[in-house]
Amino acid sequence: MKKNKYDLSKMIEALPPSGIREFFDLVLTMDDVVSLGVGEPDFPTPWHICESAIFSIEQGLTSYTSNKGMLDLRSKIAHKIQKKCGVAYDPEEEVLITVGVSEAMDVVLRAILNPGDRVAVIKPSYVSYSPCVIMAGGVPVEIECFPENGFKLDPSDLEKECKKGLKALLLNYPCNPTGVSYTEEELKTIAQIIKNYHLLTLSDEIYDSLTYDFEHTPLLSFPDMKELVIYLNGFSKGYAMTGWRIGYVAAPREITGLANKIHQYTMLCAPIMGQFAAVEALRNGESEVEVMKKEYKRRRNFLVSRLNEMGLKTFMPSGAFYTYSQISSTKLHAKVFAKDLLMKKRVAVVPGTAFSEKGDQYIRISYASSFENIKEALFRMEDFLKELK
Amino acid sequence: MDEILEILQNNAKADSKDMAKQLNLPEQEVKKRIMEYEKKGVIIKYKAIINKELLTDEIQDVTALIEVKVTPQKDKGFDSIAERIYRFPEVVSCYLLSGGYDLLVIVRGPDLKTVSSFVSEKLAPMENINGTVTHFILKKYKDDGDILISQHPKDTRPAVSA
Ligand SMILES: Cc1ncc(COP(=O)(O)O)c(C=O)c1O
Repeated sequence: MKKNKYDLSKMIEALPPSGIREFFDLVLTMDDVVSLGVGEPDFPTPWHICESAIFSIEQGLTSYTSNKGMLDLRSKIAHKIQKKCGVAYDPEEEVLITVGVSEAMDVVLRAILNPGDRVAVIKPSYVSYSPCVIMAGGVPVEIECFPENGFKLDPSDLEKECKKGLKALLLNYPCNPTGVSYTEEELKTIAQIIKNYHLLTLSDEIYDSLTYDFEHTPLLSFPDMKELVIYLNGFSKGYAMTGWRIGYVAAPREITGLANKIHQYTMLCAPIMGQFAAVEALRNGESEVEVMKKEYKRRRNFLVSRLNEMGLKTFMPSGAFYTYSQISSTKLHAKVFAKDLLMKKRVAVVPGTAFSEKGDQYIRISYASSFENIKEALFRMEDFLKELK
Repeated sequence: MDEILEILQNNAKADSKDMAKQLNLPEQEVKKRIMEYEKKGVIIKYKAIINKELLTDEIQDVTALIEVKVTPQKDKGFDSIAERIYRFPEVVSCYLLSGGYDLLVIVRGPDLKTVSSFVSEKLAPMENINGTVTHFILKKYKDDGDILISQHPKDTRPAVSA
């Protein structure tokens, strides 16, 4: 078939394919795979949240909601942000409920970008970032983080790009795929650059409640950030609610206004069942988040210790549920490593190349899997490494 | 509670080497603490939870919850009468409660008759016991935190995702 038979979108055709897709198709053909390749919690959504959503369905609450989302939910979110960050948002005008942070990211980028606008994306990053920038008409400017710096953004690299002209910055911490987060001191420097260059910043803090060694500091908590920060968060990770598809944006009203314009024409509203579930999560969900966090932390400690023993150099990630492990000792390219490991030992991990062009010496290992699974996968990986020698 | 106990409470077979890694402690320290807990009786013993509902070709034993009304004794309150009751091996649990009755006694036996006669011959006639109500358990859905009737739900998550 000729490639241009239908004369389809050139922009979409030119987008790089997801680095995970091909891998995903391969895994589907196999049995007894132990997967450490999953990007979502292994815990089911806490029952009180499910039960509350079931109740709302039984009550016949199955309609659309207002475009921006239920006001009760928006108010609770505004309240939570006020408590965490000390910044007040008007739930009527400055908070928008979206179909996950995924949609939030998309509508915000489309709301703020003009064709050709440069947007900094910190690499390695979540797979959607650069494609979303491109689809919104922008140009991703990828700023790489390096192992010498613990995969943290070097503020001077950001500043260099600011000098060349940047419309916006896409920041994510704790980070998928590296698990890197930033201390208050480190963020202070970043916040100063944002302020100095008047840089609109989308701060994706979806893993904020999964920070293990220190308190998460929201970017919004620094002075004068409300004007410049577009705060993105959601329920998927912390509350184990990926399938409910609820996220949100808090931002100055000019921005949420435009974002909502796109949202109302393309999405209409986020699913009402998910919104009721989210209300219950905010009302009574904190203790279960703490239980999950504790379990993730134990798995993290175990995994990092074992990986280093096995010769896969792994730094201690401070948040999310991933390690970004170095495989240089095997002399294999990340894609080859991941494929061979899957074929020979039925263990799935994600090659670093899915997250950065420079990721060919790294794999992302997820610990959103039971301790027993992690242990089993590590035994298999150990065998795999021995057989390489 | 010490995280070592939290882990063991959920998995009595947890390996001390693994726990050391999970909790970022030297293995010797984990072993030492466990030994102390065992010595002090904080850890009483390690046992398996058996889902008897799945042992279909065996005769199922019978469990009853028995509400017991008691006249407390001078100086000793409920403790001595409770002891007289819980020393019977048929009694698997015994609690002092607030509310409409005093002791909740859980009795297990091979069949209905054995449990009934335990109640009528041993428990009810005891001095200072003013009445009993027996409830036989028909089906166990969940026992001490473990769901018994359903199998583990299948993991529906895609094996690889962003
Ligand atoms: C950094 C990051 N942002 C956003 C998302 C998307 O989350 P949601 O389920 O809210 O769309 C993910 C999911 O993996 C993520 O890792």
